[in-house]
Amino acid sequence: MNELLLIVSIAGSRVAMPAAAVESVVELDTLIPVPRAPAHLAGLSALRSRVLTVIDCQRSLELGATDLSDGNIHEAAVVELDGHNYALTVDAVEDVVEALSEPAAIRAAMGEGWERVSLGMVETEEGPLLLVDVAALIAGPGAEARAA
Amino acid sequence: MDDLIADFVAECREMLESLGGEIVAWEANPDDRSRLDSIFRFVHTVKGNCGFFDFPRLEALSHAAEDALADCRSGRRVPDGALVSAVLAIIDRIGEMIAAIDAGEELPSGDDSGLIDALAPGAEGAAAPAVATVVADNGAKGSNATPRTIRLSVELLDRVMSGVSDMVLARNELARRLREAPGEVEVGGAFERLSGIIAEMRDAITRTRMQRIENLFVALPRMVRDLSSELGKQVLVDIDGGDVELDREMIEMIRDPLTHIIRNAVDHGIEPPADRLKAGKREIGLLSVSARQSGNQILIEIADDGKGIDGSKLVEKALANGVIERDVAQRLSKGEQLALIFEAGLSTAKEVTAISGRGVGMDVVRSNVERIGGVVEVDSLPGKGTRMTLRVPLTLTIIPALTVSIGKQHFAIPRSAIEEIVRANGASVTLETIGGAGVATIRGRRVPEVALADVLGLPNTMSDDERTLVVLRPSGGDVYALAVDRIHDHEELVVKPAAPAVMATGLYAGTTLADDGSPILLFDPAGLAQVGGVRLETLERGGRAAEAPAAANSNEIPVLLFRGLDGARRALRLGVVDRIEEVEAKDAIRHSAGQLRVQLGDAILPLAGVDQPDALEGKVRVFRLNDGSHEIGYAFREVIDLKSLDRDVIPADAPGDVGGVTLIEGEPAELIDAHWIFAEYLGVAATRPAAQLVCRLPENDAWMQNMLRPIIEAAGYLVIGEKDELSADITIVSQDREIAAEQGGRVLRLATDPDAADGLDSVYRYDRTGLLIALKAASAGRR
Repeated sequence: MNELLLIVSIAGSRVAMPAAAVESVVELDTLIPVPRAPAHLAGLSALRSRVLTVIDCQRSLELGATDLSDGNIHEAAVVELDGHNYALTVDAVEDVVEALSEPAAIRAAMGEGWERVSLGMVETEEGPLLLVDVAALIAGPGAEARAA
Repeated sequence: MDDLIADFVAECREMLESLGGEIVAWEANPDDRSRLDSIFRFVHTVKGNCGFFDFPRLEALSHAAEDALADCRSGRRVPDGALVSAVLAIIDRIGEMIAAIDAGEELPSGDDSGLIDALAPGAEGAAAPAVATVVADNGAKGSNATPRTIRLSVELLDRVMSGVSDMVLARNELARRLREAPGEVEVGGAFERLSGIIAEMRDAITRTRMQRIENLFVALPRMVRDLSSELGKQVLVDIDGGDVELDREMIEMIRDPLTHIIRNAVDHGIEPPADRLKAGKREIGLLSVSARQSGNQILIEIADDGKGIDGSKLVEKALANGVIERDVAQRLSKGEQLALIFEAGLSTAKEVTAISGRGVGMDVVRSNVERIGGVVEVDSLPGKGTRMTLRVPLTLTIIPALTVSIGKQHFAIPRSAIEEIVRANGASVTLETIGGAGVATIRGRRVPEVALADVLGLPNTMSDDERTLVVLRPSGGDVYALAVDRIHDHEELVVKPAAPAVMATGLYAGTTLADDGSPILLFDPAGLAQVGGVRLETLERGGRAAEAPAAANSNEIPVLLFRGLDGARRALRLGVVDRIEEVEAKDAIRHSAGQLRVQLGDAILPLAGVDQPDALEGKVRVFRLNDGSHEIGYAFREVIDLKSLDRDVIPADAPGDVGGVTLIEGEPAELIDAHWIFAEYLGVAATRPAAQLVCRLPENDAWMQNMLRPIIEAAGYLVIGEKDELSADITIVSQDREIAAEQGGRVLRLATDPDAADGLDSVYRYDRTGLLIALKAASAGRR
């Protein structure tokens, strides 16, 4: 069976995440900011009795900021990485599709932010989509600078 | 029937677990009836059940052990090492069989008659000489009543726990709805009841995850006993801090590393008895294992007094194995050399033994400990011993915390770091800004002050005066005051590690959920100070802290803060205090030979610190001060604390026993001038010529020669007879005897009747204190 992909839109672009990595999709409730944390770390939220670290994907990609305090409902994909739960803010969650190919390198020039989180391009029934690396999205900008 | 067997197996297992330590403790103290009883109870239970379930071999084994133990109980037999080993062997065999029954297998084949024979008095064979003894801090308590328990998977517990947490959230939601739309009184009442039950459940379920570290420690005495008898060593295990609570999972995670460190200590650290004697140590090695909570960490220390680790040997080995380069090796500090022990493929033992020394191990220990966010440190003095410290984070454990807020956001501060809480506008507090830095003066003590809002970069909505100051003392650091907008509540919080990006800020120790289900960040007080720019002495030393000697800062003199007999706060430099003793005032303190003296053991010391000798009564505590060659007693009421002297001392106008006044912890304290005390109280004795003191005793008095003479000689006297020509400092005779001529010195008469003694020239002959004081007085009288 081919890998299932979750299609979401971030900063106006449709991208795919490995569906297996995504535990659930939630609507974010109250958000507790974390002072002094990196900018893309929007804050903490609670999912039932678990603490979610909320990642603002737009900021992580350096494509603007999501206003999470505007009173609107914000959807987020919940993923687990190294034992911690994260909620990735997305504009919308669209669909789950089957991957029709292995990810292939994209040779066209992408935006810097996208470049950082890209795992390559996958073919789907809905056309080619960028497969994003959830871990890189969580690490956010500056992760490479810190590592270097 | 299967259910019954399962119950039997579970019950046996519980008992087996708690038994390991008991039996070794029993060996150390064979008269300990309660331990004998609990072991007896175990074999008795097994025997009873076996008959019912038809396990003939188990029955024969337990029956034999029961008989032997019953003999001990009735006093017909004295338990010895051989018996203990034989009983241990039988209990092990029973354990194997129970494991087989549990797994539904056939009982392992084998002959038990050897084991049973070994129980017979005087039997040899399986019995190894018993060499390990144990000192457990719960010595007397024992654990005779094993609570009824069942086994659950941690996974299930987690599910129940998160279910209960969700229930709490649902309850809070319901509470809010009820408040918004008030219903009938009955509904409210029912809700209150439900609410109480849920809170109780939450408490109980939270506690199920916690376990006393004792559960981990209980198996250690047995393990050390077996190891040391295998290696022909003698090891005394000292266990402390078994009541520290740790998350169940955490206990499982540190089980292997701890076991490994202990095996290493017994195998490589502690030397064989002969080597120890040669090195001038006691034959029996000491292995102490202790656990304590320190801030948001649990510290487990394993210390032995063995031969220590040779850092240079480690470096050689590391070079030979290509673990490090030569140029790196030369730059290593002592601590870094020792840390090489955690590198893969290093073992300093020359020979590989079955126990350890295969070069796998310490690296595994380190990686296991680091995986749970812990640290393992090593410190060693060649020839003196090795100390391993495991620091395990307290995350996942419950910690008491104070919730505070800035603006609308709540945070938690671990209560262990909080010294006190004061209002910024209180009478005893003034806030000043010196060169942009905040300084709070709280009851005369100046501490750096940091506004939490500034540290966090949050908008400042409140003036400093309205805030509340939380005075914090991070573990190992100095105090500082944190200004918060409001303080809320003391809560017990289940703290979980936060995401790496959150932890990387250095401000937080973890996250937790408040009762209303919203996340709360828990501060790390040391991190807050660092980010806030507060300079903490200990933090600055940073990673190389272990290298710096503790007293590097010569401005900080450790002093003992105490309350004198007159109630005054006094301080004494710690260096001159040998130890603290407690004496009965009326028995041990007397006025003699011109000054007040106290008897401490066999020594009579001048006693300082007493203004009104007549007012002394009951027990009096006395510091034993030592200047290197002489001792003096100093009476006091109570010790307040161990502090350091970091402020100027205002000298006293006239010399006296108080040398000056200083501020300690914001309150004045009189600093004792130890030099003056020694000069004043010891002046005479200290300058006394070192000539031999002489005491004349009647030669033909058997009592005096046999009983009195050793005491007099111990007091430094040369004992002579009535006919000897030397001049004596003191002459001791019985009350009823006349002395022919004046033979020099004082004459002390000993009375056989207490009532006949006047306490001056005649003393009751079993009044040891009186005797010693008289001897001392005679020596002082010599000048």
